[in-house]
Amino acid sequence: MEAVLFFGAALGALGGAVGVVALRDPFYGVLALIVHLFSLAVLFLLLASAFVAAAQVVVYAGAVMVLYVFVVAYVGGDQESAWEPIPGQRLLAPLLGAALFVELSIAVLGSSLSALGSHGPHVGPGFGDPAAIGLLLLEKFLLPFEASSILLLLAAVGAVVLAARRREEEGSA
Amino acid sequence: MNVEWYVVLSSLLFAVGAMGILIRRSPIVILLCLELMLNAGNLALVAFSRMVGNQEGQVFALIVMVVAACEVVVGLGLIVAIFRRRLPLDVDELRELRG
Repeated sequence: MEAVLFFGAALGALGGAVGVVALRDPFYGVLALIVHLFSLAVLFLLLASAFVAAAQVVVYAGAVMVLYVFVVAYVGGDQESAWEPIPGQRLLAPLLGAALFVELSIAVLGSSLSALGSHGPHVGPGFGDPAAIGLLLLEKFLLPFEASSILLLLAAVGAVVLAARRREEEGSA
Repeated sequence: MNVEWYVVLSSLLFAVGAMGILIRRSPIVILLCLELMLNAGNLALVAFSRMVGNQEGQVFALIVMVVAACEVVVGLGLIVAIFRRRLPLDVDELRELRG
């Protein structure tokens, strides 16, 4: 049962990723990324991390993707020209990607981590649930937690400053 | 399923995302491919946290999610600003920093 779920979610994640890369219209790319994110949430659940899976669905597939959809709708879809600036780019890039995959796999599987071939230790039902993660965030990782809140505030202010309509632009446009 | 399956899947997803950044030229799609790479890193973090039976890797994955959200917000703000100035949304043509 676990294997079926794993391979189904892995296929979904991989299909979504390939869809993001291959689909020409950015709008379909965003939809493929949503499929990818839901599949990843299933994988997180299989890895006994319920809170990360929930955050993945709510924050990523919910909020961030809505932002993408709005911007794609605002900017407009298919604008990528067929013109190819570097000769052979479309042939070379998959080769380099495959090389990267082989390299990463060798690096990880050859790392002599003995627990890599196991399921991991047995964990209780409380592993990775919101209470445990919240306790960690508010006790051991309080400083990173607060720093990330400041980072979010900075990003929101920065986005408003970047995307705001300026007076002189309105005058000329 | 053994942890190595998850790790190999995460490196495969990372490679697909990197390949997308090499191929595509629209900045929106490049941001989407960045998301793919960040999520592959998240999957590896959560898999290793399961491997050692420690929840701290999951906290790390949550912080990565926060950073990814910030990056998306600023990146999309830049794209909207570029679009407002009627510049082409193509990373090969946007090669000057001059505004």
